[in-house]
Amino acid sequence: MTAKYVGQPVKRNEDPRLLTGQALFVDDVHLPDMLHAAFLRSDYAHARILSIDTTAAKEMPGVVAVYTAEDLGDFWQPSPMIVQPPPTLEDIVFNPRPQIPLAKDMVRHIGDPVAVVIAESRYIAEDAAEQIWVDYEPLEVVTDIEKALEPDSPLVYEDLGTNLASHVRQEKGNYAAAAKKADLIIKRRMVIDRGAAAAMENRGIVVDWDAKTQHMTMWNTTQAPIPIRNGLAATLGLSEHQVRVIAPFVGGGFGPKIMLLQPEEVLLPWAAMRLCRPIKWIEDRRENFLGTTQERGQIHAVEAAFSKDGKILGLKDIFLHDTGAYNPYGLTIPLNTQTHSMGVYDVPNFYTEFKVVFTNKMIVTPVRGAGRPQGIFLVERMMDLAAKELGIDPVEIRRRNLIPADAFPVHHSIIGQDFIEAIYDSGNFQPLVEKARLLIGYDKFVTEEQPKLRAAGKHIGIGLAPFVESTGVGPYEGARITVESSGKVNLVTGVGTQGQSHFTSFAQIAAEQLGVAVQDVEVTTGDTDQFHWGTGTFASRGAVVAGNAIFAAAKRVRAKILAKASEVLDAPEEELELKDGAIRIADIPEKSISLGELAMLANPLRGAVEPGTEPGLEATEYFGPKYGTTASGVAAMIVEVDPDTMLIDIKKFVIAHDCGTVINPMVVDGQIHGGVSMGIGHSFYEQLIYDENGQLLNASFMDYLVPRSTDMPPSIEIAHQETKSPLNPMGSKGVGEAGAIPIPAVLAQALENALNIDGLELLEMPLSPGRLFELAQAAKNRD
Amino acid sequence: MENLIEITVTVNGTEYHRTVEPRMLLSDFLRHELNLTGTHVGCEHGVCGSCTILFDGDPVRSCLMFAVQANGHTLETVEGLGTPDAMHPLQNAFREKHALQCGFCTPGFLMSLKPFLEQNPNPSRDEIREALSGNLCRCTGYENMVDAVALAAEEMRNG
Repeated sequence: MTAKYVGQPVKRNEDPRLLTGQALFVDDVHLPDMLHAAFLRSDYAHARILSIDTTAAKEMPGVVAVYTAEDLGDFWQPSPMIVQPPPTLEDIVFNPRPQIPLAKDMVRHIGDPVAVVIAESRYIAEDAAEQIWVDYEPLEVVTDIEKALEPDSPLVYEDLGTNLASHVRQEKGNYAAAAKKADLIIKRRMVIDRGAAAAMENRGIVVDWDAKTQHMTMWNTTQAPIPIRNGLAATLGLSEHQVRVIAPFVGGGFGPKIMLLQPEEVLLPWAAMRLCRPIKWIEDRRENFLGTTQERGQIHAVEAAFSKDGKILGLKDIFLHDTGAYNPYGLTIPLNTQTHSMGVYDVPNFYTEFKVVFTNKMIVTPVRGAGRPQGIFLVERMMDLAAKELGIDPVEIRRRNLIPADAFPVHHSIIGQDFIEAIYDSGNFQPLVEKARLLIGYDKFVTEEQPKLRAAGKHIGIGLAPFVESTGVGPYEGARITVESSGKVNLVTGVGTQGQSHFTSFAQIAAEQLGVAVQDVEVTTGDTDQFHWGTGTFASRGAVVAGNAIFAAAKRVRAKILAKASEVLDAPEEELELKDGAIRIADIPEKSISLGELAMLANPLRGAVEPGTEPGLEATEYFGPKYGTTASGVAAMIVEVDPDTMLIDIKKFVIAHDCGTVINPMVVDGQIHGGVSMGIGHSFYEQLIYDENGQLLNASFMDYLVPRSTDMPPSIEIAHQETKSPLNPMGSKGVGEAGAIPIPAVLAQALENALNIDGLELLEMPLSPGRLFELAQAAKNRD
Repeated sequence: MENLIEITVTVNGTEYHRTVEPRMLLSDFLRHELNLTGTHVGCEHGVCGSCTILFDGDPVRSCLMFAVQANGHTLETVEGLGTPDAMHPLQNAFREKHALQCGFCTPGFLMSLKPFLEQNPNPSRDEIREALSGNLCRCTGYENMVDAVALAAEEMRNG
């Protein structure tokens, strides 16, 4: 029998290179004669550009070129929209305002690129950018999404006459009718503010135009090399085969690196073609805060209808979503919020409506979680409020509302980010709740430990919140697998890698089918010259969509190996086994042939072959799911609060998780750990704070606090459950964003429980020690 | 541009003679002049710790120093710690415990931890967390790093 690799905690193939400084990141690319770019970005959130004087900058020694929007001529065009609204959504408002290469006449947020300097060194380029003189006429600024819709608000786009970017209404069942029958109606306002993705590697590009071969190569810190290749070719008037985009090792993505055709990405290839020299641009951290997309800003008016026994009869949510100054990513985030607002519960009636609002702030696009944490936050908070009102235990009220295991697939009649109705393909929520409850020691904590600790003056509390995560969405990915004459296996796929362990988990899938060691599968991701069909790494879809394409390709290569070996070894296929890089007759182990030899026989240099024969041991396959898989989980924590400083100490953290077939449990746990840490950051330490002038006040790691090792719980205990997805042959679901999704909900619940102040309701995220103190004081003063 | 300074720096046992601008950051010097690109730059303001190297044995943020300050000094970068075929116990332990994902911050952690374990060969988990807290990682949530450092310490104690 072939060795079993899927499901094993195989150590990573990519680690030795990463650990010894031998892995190639974009900023490690150094080309002869390379120039360096620096951008001048707007210091105003909203201003008219009266004039730009680049004379002094251009005169500086070492400066090769300075470009403003005016210099771009006809090349200045808005970039295409990256994500259009789903055509399946009816009667919606959508006002597209895509990105532009450089601000022309008007800047609309702090950090909006105004000019670019190309120079012999980055140092000179930055010096020269400071010598560009821009005459701005500051305009009134709008940063508040509620005020933005008031009739007298300043307008981000005067020609639009409104700051409304989009308006969408969807309904499942009939909330109004359900509410009439309810014993309890709860209405609350909930606010979620912005956080940064803050990948440790900032964005960056190296672009090289070879005029002699008429070929462009771009190294890019992207999650989506193939769409960038296609978009660049179209923008530059090149054919797609003239452009190669490589996403080498990328230092974390978390969403913003899925963005395409951003100003830097469009301008630098254009400049490289004009100057016929390679150009490098590496974003610095301040630029990353100002010029890389962000997420999470929403304000909700939520209403829930319950029966007196705690059953949720319906949910109504009307919310505002901040898209910043442009909306190139369409409706992905607010649609995710809509499709996740029912969480793990059987919500028969759901009315959901949102307005997307332009503001003079950085563009909003998905950040790990992508609208899901907001949806889960509101439904989980409603469960807590109802539990309190009805005197039901918080875990019990959740149990009473869980979607039962026999109800799948669950149709929600709400169109999601993948353009089709949200459907939960599979799940089994009840055992997940029980697993988390047992792991955290819920009953013992509530009945024994907490009373003692409270009596001793401790402010310590518990929370438990289930969640779903739509993952593995289409449209498709592909993979090509080749057995080389060395006997090693080459596996290429179009998705890029930003730390998800693809070089190992993808290799595991192929190695298991082909009977080779995982180390002998060499994986290439994110190089359009290696594989040029695909969309990218986003929405927790790599392992599901690319994974199943790899699975299919590996199965076909396996079939080819067996057919060829059967011919060579003169034995029926059923008697052959693939093991240790060789094919042998199961009962006669000495009768065997190595994979490498077989690969050579499958690619003969002379002689005749059968008509229709394909050379080599190679196959290319694609996988496109009918719709996305639904992963799920339950997070629980015990947290202690210092009532004087309002600093928190997460004493215990557990998560029960279900992502279907686990390819590599070590990797899955790692993804959860990372998600949890980002979730904790975005719930308590991190917040992008804009003042009323649209200035980002904390654009550095000194002021914007990414969690450190000492901010994390002592351990994250994880329990797995594998409810296989019926939507793909491997039965897998995604996990990339899981950890981040339940944290705002579970932390709010646990903190309320810890502080135990009458009337204290934590209905906003992120919190901070200062904000928690204010809210606690306000609740006390109301008493 | 005119004001160039000659420096001599020993990095990972090799002596380099270069002429640099006084304002060139040490991180840029290592990465772009010596092509030792294992040292990464994550913030350029001394917080994230990705650019940590050893300066006469002590961990420093190379983005907060100028190359000229390294004149006559001995540096060690991640390239000096081990090779893919002969990794340092810390590197082995990071792999064993899945203490890295994207790997961008990893060289900085490794270079902070090497002197830590030399000075504290048998650290408690709390001490390890404290030692890690000077560097930022966005992928791992740090727990596996704590496990890795504990494992490396054990391996190093057992020689």
